[in-house]
Amino acid sequence: MDTTFSPEDVKFQQEVRSFIHTNYPNTLRESIANKRKKGEELTKDDLTTWHKILGKHNGWSAPGWPKKYGGAEFTPTQKYIFEQECARSECQIVMPFGVNMCGPVVYTFGNEEQKAQHLPGIISGEQFWCQGYSEPGSGSDLASLKTTAVREGDYYIVNGQKTWTTLAQHADWIFCLVRTNPDAAKPQEGISFLLIDMKTPGISVRPIYLMDGTNEVNETWFDNVKVPVENLIGEENKGWTYAKFLLAHERAGIAGVARSKKAIERIKQIAATEMSYGEPLIQDPAFIRKIADAELELTALEYTELRTLAKDAAGKGPGAESSILKIKGTDLQQRITELCMEAVGYYANPHTGTTLSNEYVGPDYATNLSGTYFNFRKASIYGGSNEIQRNIIAKMVLGL
Amino acid sequence: MDFDFTEEQTLLENMVTSFVRDSYPWEVREAIVKTEEGWKPENWSQFAELGLLGVPFAEEFGGLGGSVVDTMIVMEQFGKGLVVEPYMPSVILSGGLITSLGSKEQIDSIVPTIISGEKRYAFAHSEPQSRFDLFDIKLSASLSGDEYILNGFKSVVFGGPMATHLIISARTSGEQRDKEGITLFLVDKNAEGITTQDYPTIDEYRASEVVLENLKVSKDMVLGEVGKAYDAIDEVVDKATIAVCAEAVGALQVLKDSTIDYCKNRKQFGQPIGKNQSIQHRLVDMMIEYEQSKSILYMACTVDLSDATERRKAVSGAKARIGKAIKFVGENAIQLHGGMGMVDEYMVSHYFKRATMLGILFGNEDYHMKRYSEITQADVIKITDAKASSIAFN
Repeated sequence: MDTTFSPEDVKFQQEVRSFIHTNYPNTLRESIANKRKKGEELTKDDLTTWHKILGKHNGWSAPGWPKKYGGAEFTPTQKYIFEQECARSECQIVMPFGVNMCGPVVYTFGNEEQKAQHLPGIISGEQFWCQGYSEPGSGSDLASLKTTAVREGDYYIVNGQKTWTTLAQHADWIFCLVRTNPDAAKPQEGISFLLIDMKTPGISVRPIYLMDGTNEVNETWFDNVKVPVENLIGEENKGWTYAKFLLAHERAGIAGVARSKKAIERIKQIAATEMSYGEPLIQDPAFIRKIADAELELTALEYTELRTLAKDAAGKGPGAESSILKIKGTDLQQRITELCMEAVGYYANPHTGTTLSNEYVGPDYATNLSGTYFNFRKASIYGGSNEIQRNIIAKMVLGL
Repeated sequence: MDFDFTEEQTLLENMVTSFVRDSYPWEVREAIVKTEEGWKPENWSQFAELGLLGVPFAEEFGGLGGSVVDTMIVMEQFGKGLVVEPYMPSVILSGGLITSLGSKEQIDSIVPTIISGEKRYAFAHSEPQSRFDLFDIKLSASLSGDEYILNGFKSVVFGGPMATHLIISARTSGEQRDKEGITLFLVDKNAEGITTQDYPTIDEYRASEVVLENLKVSKDMVLGEVGKAYDAIDEVVDKATIAVCAEAVGALQVLKDSTIDYCKNRKQFGQPIGKNQSIQHRLVDMMIEYEQSKSILYMACTVDLSDATERRKAVSGAKARIGKAIKFVGENAIQLHGGMGMVDEYMVSHYFKRATMLGILFGNEDYHMKRYSEITQADVIKITDAKASSIAFN
């Protein structure tokens, strides 16, 4: 039992740190900082610039992918170090939809043409992906989805509506679960996994504004959209298998331990700056207790993730245990965003960067903390709600 | 980076697991705790034969030269079996103090007797007013010629009834709550001037109240430097706290697993109660608390314990977090067992009681939360950079 880094790992850590230092563009840092300050949405360039830089460097945009598909094929320890370093330097995250979700499905279940067509664009960041899973009537009960794909010659004709499509406004491609057999014995058995070019006629994207005023998610409508049959992944009606595989991968990356660590450091700095009862808030026993609680939960989660990674390295892919990471990771993100908002007192109130006011008030560090708090209520809902995660663990791990 | 045990550690784990399985089934354990002595000396001899009493000691004394990971392995299995023999108080705690502070002569003469099982020590340290503060010592020792005269009272000395010898902490100088001025003495428990009152604890272990009236101790029996024992006490108790955390994790595993089993088998309204979602989610939360406890225990075992600040932070962090898990897992284990959880005859209540008392041992959740926070909230830098960016997860 040893959690120290080997000399090779230490060397790798230095390599990552210096790569970020040399290659993370200051212009990007400033562009993102400015938008956050003003409460503005990030542009597609903001979201993809760092991804594109990493994509040109030994597949670092896809840390977990095999080398033969252009990925970095990091060891679990390297993955951990890489995430730590990116969080430490507050690098913009690489959007997960291509790299963590669609990519692994394509290289695991797709054919050679599909791999050649899509994997390079996912690595390079040139292809921006979004996820077509949820529908208005299918949230946690994903298998009840109704969007249909009917085979006509060399095409599927897709009709229906997807929702909560994150960043669909920027997306070049969408991976979709569609119903190809409405008469299957079980709802899971009639579902297929389709890749769809967002430029195809008949697709329309309508923004959904969330309670913090942001347009992260959208409704995506399909009206007689013609999708070539070669865009079907794997076998027709076997999409549920691929969907579950993807969900397990999605949950594995969802803990966000390194980012949460950085954020707790940040709360402490804010609490050292803000005053309460005439003293820095960091000296308030009630507030300290909340920070310490979050810190310890995070420390435990970090080791739970490391234990999971070690298991992963021993050849057992992410299983139902990754549900623990999802539950605890998102619970912590919510607690942290709540503490951030609490820390700034009245300056939780101003809502800048809206149509009502572009004025910017209060300390920089307080900007939009309440927005982030409200926004992060999403975390325990998306990716399979935390209640669904508990159902999964109860069934798959505890055998109930 | 890995979480695997070495080959030797796996052998050790298998050995302790077999002992608990073969020599400590529930009925046997029940019989042991109901005897007048409250433990089984034959088990102690068996520990000696198996080499368990030597795990933390250097190989030159016949020990295994084990690390905190090795004692964690032993204690986790003992936690699963609710083993009542005083391994932590005698081997880890007292043994740790002797090797940490003792002179070469003291170590050479005492450690082999611990490893052989001939002598058992208990650490008589806490006093009624000191609660969890390791420096709050009133019991006095004053020098008179070549002897110290000790007077005072020690409370809830774990393993006291089984001990042949005591390590007694006393104030040789300074005020009641000074860290300076604390001295340790090695004494034979039968020495004149020592009166002990032995009693069972709520979780069926044994402890003593110890009264000293003009106990005379030779200067040679001072352990370490006069007045300078505090740092070593702090360090050794920290390592013993890791052992306590390991024992608790073992007990939590049994609480969790037995509750899951019970919910699979107990039928109400025509189906196992574990088919109800409200119960499934509770069981999942118990499992998560257990996994988080195990994780933070591993953290405490793998940090650099030679750095005092790192050690305090890690140990207090682990004890506080596990303390929280003990309450959640323990209370819910009883709740989900329903009436059966309340019954003395059924084993779950015994694990609950033991885990709860381990939650208190060497400091409860609140105590360690404060100790942890004092380290982690110190030296935080104020934000002065006007351009500081706001927090972003994505």
